[in-house]
Amino acid sequence: MHFVVCLKQVPDTSEVRIDPNTNTLMREGVPSIINPYDAHALEEAIRLRDKMGGKVTIVSMGPPQAKEALRKAMSFGADRAILLTDRGFAGSDSLATAYILTVAIQKIHAEEPIDIVFTGKEAIDGDTAQTGPGIAQRLGFPQLTYGIRVREIDNTSVTVERKTEGGREVAKALLPALITVEKEMNELRYATLPDMMKAAVYEPEMWDAKSLPYDTAEMGLKGSPTSVSRIFPPPGRSGGERIDATTDPKGAVANLVEKVFQENIIMVHPAVKGGRA
Amino acid sequence: AKSAPVAGGDVWSGVWIIVEYNHGRIAPVSWELLGEGRKLADVIGCELCAVITGYQVDHVIREAFAYGAEKVYVIDDPVLENFRTEPYAEAITGLVRKYQPEIILMGATAIGRDVFPAVATRLRTGLTADCTVLGIDPETKLLQQTRPAFGGNIMATILCRSRRPQMSTVRPRVMAMPARVEGRSGEIVREQQSMTEDEIRTKVLEFIPGDAKSIFLDKAEIIVAVGLGIASQKNLPLVEELADSLGATLACTRGVVEAGWMSHDHQVGQTGVTVRPKVYIAIGISGAIQHLVGMETSDYIIAVNNDPEAGIFRVANYGILGDLFQVVPLLTAEFKKRLQHGVAN
Ligand SMILES: Cc1cc2nc3c(=O)[nH]c(=O)nc-3n(C[C@H](O)[C@H](O)[C@H](O)COP(=O)(O)OP(=O)(O)OC[C@H]3O[C@@H](n4cnc5c(N)ncnc54)[C@H](O)[C@@H]3O)c2cc1C
Ligand SMILES: Cc1cc2nc3c(=O)[nH]c(=O)nc-3n(C[C@H](O)[C@H](O)[C@H](O)COP(=O)(O)OP(=O)(O)OC[C@H]3O[C@@H](n4cnc5c(N)ncnc54)[C@H](O)[C@@H]3O)c2cc1C
Repeated sequence: MHFVVCLKQVPDTSEVRIDPNTNTLMREGVPSIINPYDAHALEEAIRLRDKMGGKVTIVSMGPPQAKEALRKAMSFGADRAILLTDRGFAGSDSLATAYILTVAIQKIHAEEPIDIVFTGKEAIDGDTAQTGPGIAQRLGFPQLTYGIRVREIDNTSVTVERKTEGGREVAKALLPALITVEKEMNELRYATLPDMMKAAVYEPEMWDAKSLPYDTAEMGLKGSPTSVSRIFPPPGRSGGERIDATTDPKGAVANLVEKVFQENIIMVHPAVKGGRA
Repeated sequence: AKSAPVAGGDVWSGVWIIVEYNHGRIAPVSWELLGEGRKLADVIGCELCAVITGYQVDHVIREAFAYGAEKVYVIDDPVLENFRTEPYAEAITGLVRKYQPEIILMGATAIGRDVFPAVATRLRTGLTADCTVLGIDPETKLLQQTRPAFGGNIMATILCRSRRPQMSTVRPRVMAMPARVEGRSGEIVREQQSMTEDEIRTKVLEFIPGDAKSIFLDKAEIIVAVGLGIASQKNLPLVEELADSLGATLACTRGVVEAGWMSHDHQVGQTGVTVRPKVYIAIGISGAIQHLVGMETSDYIIAVNNDPEAGIFRVANYGILGDLFQVVPLLTAEFKKRLQHGVAN
């Protein structure tokens, strides 16, 4: 079977901050990592390949430096890695990103038919969780989002446990299909030494906008209907209000709870049939 | 139609709220959005409509009017009984193409974040994810969509200038719940579902409902977290009762895990889970940096600690200085009283 994994190199967001003077992102010196959800997507693809036989192909869109993430990914045992890199891709929103990845996946599909495309649930930088469903729609594949377990797979279908608000859902889709992956899906492996050595010298294939039949109106800034008009730091954490409950605990707590409801921090919802989700 | 540009004589008008109804349950965010949609529609000067796609939804239509919809678009069909992307995306996309709303909103729930990107892709328009603030630019009348990104480290305001509709998913429990007014009604527009069961490639085999406590930590909307201030495992029922009063999920610090009082899957922080609930209530937690990195992007932090110098107070919106053994039972009682006739958030 042929598994394709969409893998994004992302900044380690725990270290990204806003420069308070310029209100721009401070990315300098922030380490790049494989998007954590994509690492689990890759792990699942490799496990299924080892069980079913076949091949794992990785596709990533990003700057040339993203090669590093692809080498790292190869060290876990993938078979092929392709980096889509072109200045014309820069500034793409999730609609354009899904378009760019889809055109590449269609070419891969034409060469070697794909059974499952895996993406992460979301990327930890943009956080939209929109790219996976966008690719599924464009490919015309059914999608199973928020996957936490692949229960069954055969040549024609896949059954996945999905995480939803109210509980877990077991859903079955005909192949080819697209699955977005939660971290609970599996435990990551460590790379073996021979795989690490092979990966260190691996050269990912580089595809640019000219290597594929791209419509330039659908990619980059031009192809992106959304635009970021302003960024700013989240509401400050300092200067919170202190409530002294040492002398009159009862009054202090009543006062706090009153505020919490008044400011809609906690809201009352009418109890719904079927219980709370 | 490949894309949906503004220009070209098409009239895109109205604010639409997609009501989420699945497994017999209406997601409360649907009504929060009718409340928010009312404000947006008033600023623009347009109609507020609800969209209901599902099976046997007459009671949902009544509720939509009660929560403020002026008009309700309905597709009632057995293929829509359980949520599946294909028929839902088909249904919503069909309605949008036919009636051309200017803005459509849906909850940023597992379902909203599944089907809305599918709809936006079909319509070739923009979609802003997981918004926490919405507004209308007074001059351009564009929808200003504000959302956290980079794990909550930054906020971004996003515009969709030249394609329609403007689409956002909105985080649950951020917008206020509007008043429910019994007996309101309005126009009902019924349409047909164009997809038949044999065209749909996914089947829902089983649904395993979970209770509030088994919600995964990183999805929990309210968390009650406990630290070593609780002093002993035998005192844990104190915080469990507080959590129960709010339907909250219980979490803890590494200190508590190392003491053997709770399991590691409850641990928040650098070597545990990162959480981003609407409300994080920290009980007897000092606020070590390794703990803070896992929870400081929570929307609201309430801390209870008897040490005025505790680091947790630096990130808390409300810091209660006091003895947790006095304060926590009072909190539990007060929340229980307020939530007598409903559930929190
Ligand atoms: C502050 C900010 C806010 C933004 N808000 C929005 C918004 O609301 N709407 C919008 O449309 N765009 C938005 N964007 C743009 C968006 O981040 C980019 O389009 C990005 O390329 C894709 O979205 P994502 O990072 O959210 O990925 P997600 O959609 O969250 O990623 C899901 C999965 O798709 C795959 N994937 C995503 N990108 C790639 C890639 N480059 N290569 C390979 N696989 C990939 C991965 O498997 C990933 O796990 C925003 C950007 C910024 C900086
Ligand atoms: C590499 C590394 C990784 C780590 N990862 C994590 C992590 O993922 N998560 C994590 O939580 N920690 C982590 N830690 C540990 C962290 O540094 C702290 O030791 C830990 O968070 C402290 O737990 P605590 O707040 O429960 O305990 P303490 O620091 O002992 O705090 C107890 C608090 O309770 C208050 N208190 C006591 N009695 C009362 C009372 N009667 N009423 C009110 N308040 C009272 C005290 O004033 C004090 O502030 C990590 C540490 C390292 C070195």
